[in-house]
Amino acid sequence: MASIDNLRFEPPPPFPEAEVLRGEVRAFLAEHLPKRAITEGVGSWGGSSREFSRKMGARGWIGMTWPKRYGGHERSALERYVVLEEMLASGAPVSGHWVADRQSGPLILRVGTEQQKNSILPRIAAGECSFCIGMSEPDSGSDLASVRTRAAAVEGGFRVNGTKLWTSNAHRSDYMILLCRTGEAGEQRHGGLTQFLVDLKATRGIAIRPVRNLSGDHHFNEVVFQDVFLPGANVLGEVGSGWQQVTSELAFERSGPERFLSSFTLLVELVRALGPDPSERARIALGRIVAHIYTLRRLSRSVAGMLQAGANPAQQAALVKDLGTTLEQEIPEIARQLIDAEPDRASTQDFVTVLAHTMMNAPSFSLRGGTREILRGMIARGLGLR
Amino acid sequence: MSETRDLVREAAERLFEKHCTAETMRRADGGELPQALWRALTEAGYTSALVPESAGGAGLDMSDALSLLFSAGRHAVPAPLAETMLAGWLLSSAGIAPPEGPLAVAPVREGDDVKASRDGTGWRLQGKAGRVPWAARAAAIVALARCEDRNLVALAAPGDCRIVGGANLAGEPRDDVDFSGVRCSVGAFAAPDAAALRSLGAVMRSAQMAGALQSVLETSVQYARERVQFGRPIGRFQAVQQNLAVLAGQAAAATAAAEAAIEAAAHDLHSPAVAAAKIRAGEAAGIGAAIAHQVHGAIGFTQEHRLHYSTRRLWSWRDEFGNEAYWARRLGGELAAAGADRLWHGITAAG
Repeated sequence: MASIDNLRFEPPPPFPEAEVLRGEVRAFLAEHLPKRAITEGVGSWGGSSREFSRKMGARGWIGMTWPKRYGGHERSALERYVVLEEMLASGAPVSGHWVADRQSGPLILRVGTEQQKNSILPRIAAGECSFCIGMSEPDSGSDLASVRTRAAAVEGGFRVNGTKLWTSNAHRSDYMILLCRTGEAGEQRHGGLTQFLVDLKATRGIAIRPVRNLSGDHHFNEVVFQDVFLPGANVLGEVGSGWQQVTSELAFERSGPERFLSSFTLLVELVRALGPDPSERARIALGRIVAHIYTLRRLSRSVAGMLQAGANPAQQAALVKDLGTTLEQEIPEIARQLIDAEPDRASTQDFVTVLAHTMMNAPSFSLRGGTREILRGMIARGLGLR
Repeated sequence: MSETRDLVREAAERLFEKHCTAETMRRADGGELPQALWRALTEAGYTSALVPESAGGAGLDMSDALSLLFSAGRHAVPAPLAETMLAGWLLSSAGIAPPEGPLAVAPVREGDDVKASRDGTGWRLQGKAGRVPWAARAAAIVALARCEDRNLVALAAPGDCRIVGGANLAGEPRDDVDFSGVRCSVGAFAAPDAAALRSLGAVMRSAQMAGALQSVLETSVQYARERVQFGRPIGRFQAVQQNLAVLAGQAAAATAAAEAAIEAAAHDLHSPAVAAAKIRAGEAAGIGAAIAHQVHGAIGFTQEHRLHYSTRRLWSWRDEFGNEAYWARRLGGELAAAGADRLWHGITAAG
């Protein structure tokens, strides 16, 4: 019997110093967390506030692991983890810098030119610069290799034509990292893709239109590129290496605390609504959910530790996201059976309105950042089945 | 993970691999304690892993000792290794040298009440304990009894007790023991109470379940790669792949939860990590066993295939030392009492 090493999780490294930092973050939140509707914290990194991002930047809590010469703070992945989870658990409005801090910045750091690093990373770290992800298209969701947005080489750069879809926060972002076809796919289908840095505020020919989700909220966008000229200096990484760059980016995207804390606000309100002495059935349900959260938190910190050690835990990250989003989607289903209330977004009762928001956001949890089926396919690959 | 732990685990894997052969498993299933296996476990020091060196034990670090049970669970070791380790821990906490041979511990179920009173230079027991692992076949039963508002650890001879033999779904002995009137010459007061005993037992079963899940995952993946239907290995079908991915997730979760409990148990047996491990591993056991059987089809449902050595243990162990509902009720009650605004603090404090 061979053990399955591809899916091995190293125990998270012991890290007692984190508790000092945790205290600092909690004190910061007690002082600076804006008063706002409770539902704004629902769904993980939902709310956005440039002012709040700037304050976090000033504390050194964005780009924490990056080199100091690019505005970073050279702290460990596990310290960064503490900041992330404290922000999410409190429902802080972090979406203004979330994507840039998590994946765009690290990608630029890894493959960007000196000029790109110098001009962009310090602004991200200051909370001044937000990013969105230009990957999905109308005919290219899970099958990312099929993107059709084309960047044709022209004098001095590229001309881009095509449409990106489901682009979260494009309407609020300063930059997009855009995945385009620049050449032939080849037999493996993964060739001929290139990533570009696109300044959304200063580039002509880009139209951003809202795509409202089922609750009527505006997070998604359709982004149309019509004869958009991008200078050669905007190529991010190597021409033709887009696929490798995108897949390594996704390991960072999949294993963080945002993959099991999306329904945490609802869990807090459930505990409040149940009171200090709930029924046996409620205790059992609550104990089970929290046992899952303890475990997910350990698995997720384990991946953070492996990333810190320079490993590539892509399959472990997929596994954490699969388990985490399953729990996130279960929480509203369990909560509604424990409190006799009808979900209503307009309710004045916190539990009722948070339940409504969570329920209506829940389908996205196992779609964004890789569908459940894609993730399980990756795990199966880790098991040697494909 | 400590280097010692890696070395201990590697040695244990070799020992279990050598001794848990198909023939040994088959005969143990009939109720026989494999003598060669037991000698090897004793000589390797595993049975006395939680007994300090000064008391003649192997004196392993508690986390290293408990980690052995991942491997024991993976190989479905058909012997009371966990139980004898647990007895050694309890005896050592009372300063009593453990007798040789397999040992049983009682009580293991909440609500089972064993009492002791002084009787000359010794002690006299009262009360019953149900589902005691290996009681009839043990060299001694280590009873944890209430005595004058303190916890007494006493050595009872199985021959002195009225025992009704039984078994769990895996055929492991689970006996009902009536201690009424049993006299013990050896006994001493100790710090651990019945709740602490149940906690350590729960940590042990969690590690065993995590190991068993690892085994059913490996067996199932192997089978899916070999079994051909419709002209290709069934592991090529996406429906099967997705199920195996779920099984892998459950095995990983059970392992992580049990590792956390092992770390916590070394300094706090009442840590929420203990409850969380038994809840999470217990849930994983049911889901994992079901998928393993689905993947294996009819052959996995037969006695001749080895899968049932693991799955029957998973179905048994999840209900021993408190099932998921038992631990979730306790954990959920504590969290509710602490209140909504302490929930996140409680989660991060558990480590």
